[in-house]
Parts: sequence; structure tokens; C-alpha cells
Amino acid sequence: MPVPAIETENLSKEYPHGFLHLKKKTSLEGLTMQVQEGEVFGLLGPNGAGKSTTIKLLMGIIFPTAGSARMLGKPVSDVAMHRDIGYLPEQPYFYDYLTATEVLDYFALFHGYNAAERRERVQKMLRKVGLETAGKIQLRKYSKGMLQRVGLAQAILHDPNLVILDEPMSGLDPVGRREVRDIILELKKAGKTILFSTHILPDAEILCDRVGVIAGGRLRGVGAPGAIVGVKATGMEIAFELPEGAAMAEQIQAKAEKTGAAYRIGVSESELYRTLEELRAAGARIVSVTQIKPTLEDFFMELVGKDRAQASAVEVSAQ
Amino acid sequence: MSRVLIVARNTFREAVRDRVLYNLLFFALLMIASAVVVGQISMSIETVVMISLGLSAISLIGLLIAVFTGVGLVSKEIDKRTLHAVLAKPLRRWEFLLGKFAGLALTLAVNTAAMTAGLFTALWLVKHSLERGDVAVLAAVYFILLKLMLVVALAMLFSCFTSPLLAILFTGGLYLAGLFVSELRSLKLTTLTPQMQKFFAVLSYVLPNFGNYDVMGAAAHGRKIAGMLILHNTLYTILYCAIVLCVAAVIFSRKDLK
Repeated sequence: MPVPAIETENLSKEYPHGFLHLKKKTSLEGLTMQVQEGEVFGLLGPNGAGKSTTIKLLMGIIFPTAGSARMLGKPVSDVAMHRDIGYLPEQPYFYDYLTATEVLDYFALFHGYNAAERRERVQKMLRKVGLETAGKIQLRKYSKGMLQRVGLAQAILHDPNLVILDEPMSGLDPVGRREVRDIILELKKAGKTILFSTHILPDAEILCDRVGVIAGGRLRGVGAPGAIVGVKATGMEIAFELPEGAAMAEQIQAKAEKTGAAYRIGVSESELYRTLEELRAAGARIVSVTQIKPTLEDFFMELVGKDRAQASAVEVSAQ
Repeated sequence: MSRVLIVARNTFREAVRDRVLYNLLFFALLMIASAVVVGQISMSIETVVMISLGLSAISLIGLLIAVFTGVGLVSKEIDKRTLHAVLAKPLRRWEFLLGKFAGLALTLAVNTAAMTAGLFTALWLVKHSLERGDVAVLAAVYFILLKLMLVVALAMLFSCFTSPLLAILFTGGLYLAGLFVSELRSLKLTTLTPQMQKFFAVLSYVLPNFGNYDVMGAAAHGRKIAGMLILHNTLYTILYCAIVLCVAAVIFSRKDLK
């Protein structure tokens, strides 16, 4: 049986707080999960859910209160395994007195590359993240998005087998997000294992083989992104345009909302065909019919509201 | 290149780019001004004044850099979260700590060497010659450098478990207390209980003895510095720094970063 790329068992983290640190705040509670080799796994959750805590525990930035974690078959305390792991921190900060070229060269030194190899790899990474013309500029002059790109470059500089990205799309414009998505897909194609955290559902839907949903420090569900969200579809939305002078049925008019020249109406699946018939009879032009999926926020709110005792991880099947 | 050296080299580069070495300009101006002023006073004490002033300036500037930069070496990296990406590399926390120490030690060594060169230049300008007795100045500078290493180690230790402000206060306080270790040992504390006497006796050996490094007076008057004292201070600094850095490494290795 192949060894999982990432494996956690009952991983928990409590932070002391309050006067004399006597109180405890639970940031992560009993996380048990596996990420298989070659898989793209998304950790989803609202802000403060425990995603970054999980990643920091894996990277040895913080230490667990209970439980254990292994990566590439070794305990996370084994720093030597970092040779084969790339990590992008959330909102990455680097030495701002260095240029992008210098900071990448500095990180490459830890992997034992000689000067020629470092030069070649650094240039290749700068090209890959679209910073080839900004390589000689000090990082203190970089925008947030540019720093994110440097962060991504240093994470994959040494061609690691396991890449861990904490909010990789954060701070990026649409072009940047697209480029990062392409890089993740490229890594996936190369057979790398990728774990990344996000609170943006479309990113997860496009990129992930499986997602794990964390809320309130607990893993609430693991499964294919379509399965987790798809089972929760709440209805259909019809967008239509009405010719001048045409009249809608009363019950449709009561529910329809006008945006510009078009109307939108939300109906249940059972009402869909009857509503379409009525609209056709009224002379409406149907612009689109789309399935209404709850937003990730809705999904989280529902999960968070559940009884915590029943909130242990469940495998959500695609059926 | 060893991982400790990689971190050390970058720490030195950081100090240079953060303009830490700009203090040399201030030192150069001080030495030029001193040379001009000292030239107006008695020939017999001009050398003593120049050397005392130069060594005091080297010590004070070095101490300011050692305390403030030393405290910031680790705490700044934690606050700015630059450590997260660094520790994701195959680098152990103690290697990072040792590299930071070595980098600042190198910075202080370069800084002190440059200031020493400035002092000797000023001396030559005043006396138009250098004498054999001036070698004692080099020994005094060496002791200042040893003292600075110890201060950096202490600053790093405190910054591993407390806030930068408290770390500065603790380091400064310990330095001041360490200047009076000899006095503490020679005190006759007859009014105290035997337990308290024992406590102060132990304390006088636990505190870093910064008084040992003060040979400025002897150097200014051209007196020879004993070889045994140089050996003693060297070994004392190495041992004390090793213990302090080991404790710092243990604390830092278990610390949750934010």
C-alpha cells in the first residue's frame, strides 16, 4: 500500500491566552486526514477555521498540543525531508533588502545547488511567475501580488514532490490568479502532490481532486469538490428578457427581479419546466438557466451551525 | 556552503544594507575632531586621551549595535514572518540561530576592525609614529570584541522568549550587573544569612563577568596585557557563549512562531 504524502492523526492545537495564559483556545481539534501521492487536495474553510494552523503544524512552524503528522512517510519534525517539500506561507514576507533574484538564490543555497545551477533555476522560476523583468528590484518595492509570485517561485524552486500552498491566490489580480492556477495544474500534470488552502470555492472546484472542509477547528467533510457542493444544490435560476408590452403571469412577476434589461427568477427544480412554459407563452426570451449552488459561505454557515458533537469528519460520496 | 554559513552571510548582508555600518562615519568624525582638539593640549597626555576616547567609542558603538541588532536578529524575523519561508528549507532552528549569531559577530568584527584602523590613524596623526606599547590597544580592542560576542548571545537568548523591549532591558541590565561581578565577589556580606551569602556567591559566578574585559586604562598607558588574561577571557567567552546559545537554541526550537 503506498504511503500517503500527508497523514495526520488526531492533530490538535491549543493556544494559551488570557491572564497568565491560563485559558486555552482551540485552533484545531482532532484532525485526521490523508492526502495521497499525486493528488491535489484543497483545504477549504472560512477565515480562522484552522487551515493555516494545519499547514503551520505540518511545516513545523508551530507544534501540536496532541496528535501526530507525517509527510512523505516521515514525522514532520524531520527537517531533512524539507528537501522534497515546497511551501508558500500565507501572505509571504521575505527579506525586503534583497532583490527577487537574491532571495531565490539565497533559498536555493539551502538545497546545495552550485552557482551555475542556482543561476539557471532562479531565472527559470522568475520567468515562470512572470517576474523576469523585476528580478533586480528590491522586494521592498514589490506589490503584494508580486511578493505572492516570489513566494510561489521559492516554493517550487527545487522541484519538490510535495507542494504546500497557504492561500496561493491571495492578493493576486485575475491574471495572476489564472497564472497560479496554471502553475498548480502544471505541477499536477508532473505528478506532484499539492495541498493548498483557500476560502474561494471556484479555485477548489477547478483544481482539486479532493477537498477537506474545516470549520471551527474541525474537519467537517472530505470528498470531491463537486460532491460536497453539488448535493447541496437548492434550485434553478432563469434569466429572461421580456419584449415591450408583454405581460408576465402574476406569480412570476412577484418573484422576478429586474437587472438591467433582463429579469431573474429563482425556482425549484420541480417548477422549472412549468415556469419556462409560462415564460414562453408570455413571449419571453430565455437568456440562461443555471443551477443555484449555495456559496461556500452558506455551506460553512450551515456546517458551523451543526451540533459540534455530530461534526466529525464524514466522507461525502459522489452519489 | 554549510547552512550556518549561508544564514551568517545573509545576516552580514542585511546589516550592510540596513546601513548598520554607517556608524563608522560618526566614529571617523569623532576621531578627526579628537585629533584636532588633542593636538592643542599637553603632549604627555594626548596619547592617553586619544586611546581612551577611541576605545570607549568602539565599545559604546559596538554595544549599541550588539544589543539592538542582537535582539532584532530573531524577534524581527518572527514579527515579520520572514522565518516561515526560511524554516521550510532543510534548515534546523539551531542552525538558523547560530548562523544569525555568526553573521552579527562578523558584522561587529568588521565594524570594530574598521574603527580600530581609524583609531590608529588618528594616533599616528597626533604622534606621527606608532610605538610597541600601542599593541596593548589591539588587546583591548580584542577584549571589546569578546565582550560584544557575549552581549549578542545574551540578547539573542532573551529575544527567544520575551518581547524586544524586555530583551533590550534584560540584556542592558545584565551587562551593567556583569560590570560589578568582581565587587560582588569581594563583598563581605556578614549581615546576611548564610543562605543569602551562598546565593550571592553563586550569583557572582553565574553572572557574566564583563569587568574582566576592561583593560582600557592599561592599554591607554601602554601597559602590557598578560597573555594568560587573553587566554582566560577567550576561553571564558567561548564557554559562556556556547552555554547561552545552547539554552537559546533549546527555547527557540520549541517556540511556536506566530
